[in-house]
Amino acid sequence: MLKQYETVFIATPVLSDVQIKEAVKKYRDFITENGGEIVHEEDWGLKKLAYPIQKKTTGFYHLIEFKAESTLIQKLEIQYRRDERIIRFLTFAMDKHSVAYAEKKRANSSENKN
Amino acid sequence: MSQANNEIRYLNPPTVEVKKKKYCRFKKAGIKYVDYKDAEFLKRFLNEQGKILPRRLTGTSLKFQKKVSQAVKRARHLALLPYVTDLLK
Repeated sequence: MLKQYETVFIATPVLSDVQIKEAVKKYRDFITENGGEIVHEEDWGLKKLAYPIQKKTTGFYHLIEFKAESTLIQKLEIQYRRDERIIRFLTFAMDKHSVAYAEKKRANSSENKN
Repeated sequence: MSQANNEIRYLNPPTVEVKKKKYCRFKKAGIKYVDYKDAEFLKRFLNEQGKILPRRLTGTSLKFQKKVSQAVKRARHLALLPYVTDLLK
């Protein structure tokens, strides 16, 4: 059964813009190639961390919302752990309330743009 | 004299406090999901040191206190909120 997930990762600030896009593309492709389906994506850009991680005070945040089998998550997290560019990640299984919340938030933000 | 003994006298006038009833803001506003990405909102449930405030102070119901604490912990993991600090807010 497909479940909806949300994954946020923090990439190191030492990367260039091209390298960031490459890293994001890698995970996007990884999800789609393994039978996942991307629902939404958000780039939060360079943000200050609340506390230093690996002696770094800033990081690039990126969020991907996707539908996938539960077996994909383990593979995805292995990829994260092996990747030196990723300093922190979180994968969150969404329930119906969080899905509704995310959809509402998206609808509001698109309205503001128009 | 006997009348004076019957009367209760206070040194300071007794303060009668009108207690404001606490309520769960999630139940009242109909919020069903606590977002861990919204650090500004979660800061309402933290004290200055970044500790989670107890239910007896915020009035949050047990169901949502659990969700708030889980969300705060997720936000801390993602460095959106600090684990330890001084003078938060």
